[in-house]
Amino acid sequence: MFPACVRSISKTSSSNLKALGFFSGAKNNYATEVTFDLKPYRLHKLDQAPASSATLTKEDALHYYTQMHTVRRMETVAGNLYKEKIIRGFCHLYSGQEAVAVGIKSALRPHDAVITAYRAHGWAYLMGVNHVGVLSELTGRQGGCARGKGGSMHMYCKNFYGGNGIVGAQVPLGVGIALGLKYQGTDGVCVSLYGDGAANQGQVFEVYNMAKLWNIPCIFVCENNGYGMGTSAERASASTDYYTRGDYVPGLWVDGMDVLTVREAARYAVDHCTSGKGPIVLETATYRYSGHSMSDPGTSYRTRDEVQEVRQTRDPITSFKEKITSSNLVSPEELKKIDGEIKSAVDEAMKIAKSDGEIGIEELTADISANHLESTIRNCLPFNPLSHQRLGEAVNL
Amino acid sequence: MANLRIPINSNFTSRFVSFLNRSFSTNKALNAQPMTVRDALNSAIDEEMEKDERVFILGEEVAQYDGAYKVSRGLWKKYGDKRVIDTPITEMGFAGIAVGAAMAGLKPVCEFMTFNFSMQAIDHVINSAAKTFYMSAGRVNVPIVFRGPNGAASGVGAQHSQCYGAWYAHCPGLKVISPYTSEDCKGLLKAAIRDPDPVVFLENELLYGVQFPMSDEALSKDFIIPIGKAKIEKPGKHITLVAHSRAVDTCLIAAKELAGQGIEAEVINLRSLRPLDMDAINASVMKTNHLISVEQGWPTCGIGSEVLARIMESEVFFHLDQPAIRITGVDTPMPYAKTLEEAALPRASDVVTAVKKILKA
Repeated sequence: MFPACVRSISKTSSSNLKALGFFSGAKNNYATEVTFDLKPYRLHKLDQAPASSATLTKEDALHYYTQMHTVRRMETVAGNLYKEKIIRGFCHLYSGQEAVAVGIKSALRPHDAVITAYRAHGWAYLMGVNHVGVLSELTGRQGGCARGKGGSMHMYCKNFYGGNGIVGAQVPLGVGIALGLKYQGTDGVCVSLYGDGAANQGQVFEVYNMAKLWNIPCIFVCENNGYGMGTSAERASASTDYYTRGDYVPGLWVDGMDVLTVREAARYAVDHCTSGKGPIVLETATYRYSGHSMSDPGTSYRTRDEVQEVRQTRDPITSFKEKITSSNLVSPEELKKIDGEIKSAVDEAMKIAKSDGEIGIEELTADISANHLESTIRNCLPFNPLSHQRLGEAVNL
Repeated sequence: MANLRIPINSNFTSRFVSFLNRSFSTNKALNAQPMTVRDALNSAIDEEMEKDERVFILGEEVAQYDGAYKVSRGLWKKYGDKRVIDTPITEMGFAGIAVGAAMAGLKPVCEFMTFNFSMQAIDHVINSAAKTFYMSAGRVNVPIVFRGPNGAASGVGAQHSQCYGAWYAHCPGLKVISPYTSEDCKGLLKAAIRDPDPVVFLENELLYGVQFPMSDEALSKDFIIPIGKAKIEKPGKHITLVAHSRAVDTCLIAAKELAGQGIEAEVINLRSLRPLDMDAINASVMKTNHLISVEQGWPTCGIGSEVLARIMESEVFFHLDQPAIRITGVDTPMPYAKTLEEAALPRASDVVTAVKKILKA
């Protein structure tokens, strides 16, 4: 039995296989964990690279697959809802970048925090907002995690501070959250994500400086998807080595299309911060399939062939699926079952997000302040002032 | 004379001496101890830091230098590096860090060396601090105080002489305080630090060294002035003068001169620009039937514009016997030359002239 399993895994795995020899027994010949070689890193002012291989348990494999696939499926649904004009305004899709969020999330402890930019739907889900909470926020309905008042860029939950619509503004906020965690004596870290476009914002450099100066446990994550809106990284940045642009802040370049490599890099970064070494920059090389937002077909500044090639050769879900099935960690049937479950869960949430009502007009003036001092709030007309109400459960009260 | 007992420092101008003559004319004030605005602010921060471990102060030169204007004097020695943090000269970055820290559960006091520099950071004041509670449907509140000197100082030119009262008061989600006296500063800064929402606290450099009487009550660690309530600094029955910050002083000097001519002006110290205490203004106007707003800021979309618009929109309008007018800073950037600078800001003589014109006196 045992030698047969090793053989079977060896045969099917194209790369990197060190079968650890933990198998689920006689039932199906499938491994319970497998060690994979990781994609190479590039280091900036770091002495030691993260491990070059990592062990993946079956449970984690299924978990990451489920998470990445759910994010992808929800974004597909969001794109459709936008085309149906049910989602209004902005809608920035994360498809193609899933391994970054899922890999990082898997390395975080329950008391770690995250803040990101406007491409926030996937992160909101991973940090704890359920399908309906995300999709109903996108449709602006009462079941949304911000009751439809935030919209696509403003979703929040425990330890997740948004969603920010101002390019780069979330980066100082993330350093401040990390400062707060340190000040309060926890060993928590804050992950502060931004794109290759935001990487050129002056405030990012301001807080590299302060974070390093004060040893703040902040993980700066530059999700380099190649384009800031329609401007390629090369056309916007004098140096596209974003992992080095913290200068005195150590940095790590990571293949952001490989969830395991991202996970190991994120674990390494958490260790770096919690060992008192201060901040670190991760650059995750990734790609977005959709345009910048829904008004951008994403074809004027790049070719369809380029998008197609990434889909075929680097897709984070397809490649992960191949890896975990060819190594016999999971079976195609198991994944197929998961696919079905995800589809029905997301579709169900979509139905709710479409049919749910908007909050009542009385909530127009709800939660402007935690302690609102004005007895009335000016309406459009001066004759019929509105009143304030407190509904949400504030985190700092 | 009561005021002779008051040690007068070198910054003291004759204007403020004349103010103290007035202030010390009541028995309550006779019992009161003088304290500078600077010390009142310092004691407010100190007491709140002592009371609540989550309170900390950050900004340029707040620690080892003791504050550019010495408002944070002694705090670094008392509380150390963790709670009194010198920042580099990078307003956008440290304002953002302060807001993030507030979201994560701390209560930062974020000092801008002057509010002119808050322009570098205004995105974090408005978009990050003021709007997040609403955007998160009441989940992420931001208990932070942005404070520092605001408005015109002396001889510092256009880029360092601007009132941001109207700018910040414009924004829902913010509370905006513009104190005048030492009691205002202590009671309102303590209230601001305890408040669960973002507060913009607009001090005035020229008032820092000025002493005002502090009542026994105001010296207490429990002294709080509620945000959003104006104070009648001087009662009167003929005309209402509504002002904030140093313009209150201008009004009090004018009111004294007018009193000698038989005109009793009621001087309202707004204290808060948002919320604006319209109840106090309305009650006063219904009594005096005349209204002038006085401020050092620019006229267009200013605090006076807002006060007058709200009167115009309300029943109180019918209590006015004459049009309400605004007295403001001249609609120009601030010049450096001394005589021009003086002419750019409303003076007591301007107030006297305007009052007489409105009252046809």
